Amino acid sequence: MKKLFKHREILLVVIIAIMIAGFATRAQGFAAPGNLANIFNDTSILIILALGQMTVILTKSIDLSVAANLAFTGMAVAMTDAAYPGLPLVLLVVMAIGIGAFLGAINGYLVWALQIPSIVVTLGTLTIYRGMAFVLSGGAWVNAHQMTPTFLNIPRMPLLGLPMLSWIAVAIVIGGWFVMNRLPFGRATYASGGNPTAAVYAGIDVGRTLFFAFVLSGALAGLCGYLWVSRYAVAYVDVAIGFELDTVAACVIGGISIAGGIGSVAGAVLGALFLGVIKNALPVIGISPFAQMAISGIVIILAVVFNARAERRVGRIILRNRAAVEVQA
Amino acid sequence: MKLARKLMIGVALAVVAMTNAANAKDMKIALVVKSLGNGFFEAANKGAQEAAKDLGGVQIIYTGPTTTTAEGQIEVINSLIAQGVDAIAISANDPDAVVPALKKAAQRGIKVISWDSAVAKEGRIMHLNPSSNELIGKMCLTLAKDHLEGGKGDFAILSATTTSTNQNTWIAEMKKQLKDFPGLNLVTTVYGDDLADKSYREAQGLLTSQPNVKVIVAPTTVGVLAASQAVKDAGKIGQVYVTGLGLPSEMAGAIKSGATKEFAIWNPIDLGYTATQIAYHIAKGDADGKPGSGIKAGRMGLIKIGENGEAAMADPFVYDAKNIDQFSKIF
Repeated sequence: MKKLFKHREILLVVIIAIMIAGFATRAQGFAAPGNLANIFNDTSILIILALGQMTVILTKSIDLSVAANLAFTGMAVAMTDAAYPGLPLVLLVVMAIGIGAFLGAINGYLVWALQIPSIVVTLGTLTIYRGMAFVLSGGAWVNAHQMTPTFLNIPRMPLLGLPMLSWIAVAIVIGGWFVMNRLPFGRATYASGGNPTAAVYAGIDVGRTLFFAFVLSGALAGLCGYLWVSRYAVAYVDVAIGFELDTVAACVIGGISIAGGIGSVAGAVLGALFLGVIKNALPVIGISPFAQMAISGIVIILAVVFNARAERRVGRIILRNRAAVEVQA
Repeated sequence: MKLARKLMIGVALAVVAMTNAANAKDMKIALVVKSLGNGFFEAANKGAQEAAKDLGGVQIIYTGPTTTTAEGQIEVINSLIAQGVDAIAISANDPDAVVPALKKAAQRGIKVISWDSAVAKEGRIMHLNPSSNELIGKMCLTLAKDHLEGGKGDFAILSATTTSTNQNTWIAEMKKQLKDFPGLNLVTTVYGDDLADKSYREAQGLLTSQPNVKVIVAPTTVGVLAASQAVKDAGKIGQVYVTGLGLPSEMAGAIKSGATKEFAIWNPIDLGYTATQIAYHIAKGDADGKPGSGIKAGRMGLIKIGENGEAAMADPFVYDAKNIDQFSKIF
């Protein structure tokens, strides 16, 4: 089974490489190292969010509130920076992660303690968090000239040829790999999503694992709140609207099963990069903007279809009936 | 002393409460915007409040959907009909989709006008353009020319969504008047959907795929801001300029970084003010808003209504490094 996984991720790498080569024939310099670095940097935020989303999806849940969490945290951090320009950036980043984790914990608590399906909980909190961003700001924007230069410049500071933003993503990918593959929490998420009953027998607290998955996703969304606001140098209520669907799409393309228990960090990263390449290619290859949205959609559906077929071949659960009930729940 | 002061406040409050009760029949004017949380419309609301104060006995209901959708506006209109407002002044997300809801409002005796982004003719009494579309198109081209050496060279347009009414009208005007600007060459038009990340990516795409483009004209505030940031991040300040329509408070950073030398916008406060004045006079019945007539709009003077029931407020105003500090504090 492991071999198949490896195979799948290699396949995705090949597809991305073919895509880049194809786009390069239509847009000169698309495959140039500088442009690829740009694409990676542009996709960094999506990669980080997709990793959080992956953790949640692995436990057979979904977090639709990530983009709203990002918007609220970004707004809160930007407003704090504008109001108290003397605060050190480290404190602001810690604050962003803290707020994000707290918002994630609310999701986690509702799913864990009240046993409400995660799609319902996060659909609700999605609206609440964005509404809170609105209440917090009163609809006003925080603009570039109100933020401090450090706040704006750190993520774009180049280090060994790549901006800090890219390095942050790299660090989180490595950290994510470590957590998912080497720590008890990582194994617990796979177990709770793959076969909750067996997980309970193995002594794993499924609810608790779920809770912490949401906290992790929230914390990463909070961090992205700062990164987003700093990257686009503006904070307003509609920031990253609809972005939660991109994170889910990245996971699905990356082979993370919506039914839980299957998926890898590499898959999520590649899924995000896949979307990133398309998003960055569409403006330069001269496709009518009217067709762009349809094309993105078709590509995602193709990936999902492919994914569903791959999953069927694997045949992953032995206790079919029990599993079917769980999926519906 | 303290007691006396408290009593005074108490009496004052009571008086205020009573006058409020007496004004229960205030005229209710709804200012429906494309979406809440947009600095431009917040400023327009400021103007509307100012007009309400000038006129007296007017209550402004500032409302709109949270995202720029026609569906959201239809819901808002329906709830305004239920509240029984006297007039609706709307900046539409779609010229046609909101017409049935607005017709319903008109049947209930609500006077409907549109401002900023127009509603189709059958859905409103008149439309207030912030400026005339010709003037805006000309302004955008003048801005592009001013940023190009010798006024000659390639430029590209970064717009909002492909269906945005006002964006498309302005782009059409720019194309029409291009012949008056020899040497200016429009290379392409791209769409950033008024999303910061997509606009940024589209601007980045222009920088790589159209190396001849020296000026990006974005007649939308999210677009002009994102493009300025993209130019700055690409280290192309001084080689590629961004200009267009944006709010001074949002553009201050771009002016300071040098990505933009000058940009233009009409005054949204004046726009909200004028729309409220017009809505008031039509709802009161001392103006009918028919083509060829004129409506007095307080400090903005007489607004003449032209063909199709459309009126133009004023010329767009140019902002640059000299006056940005002053205006960025206002809106």
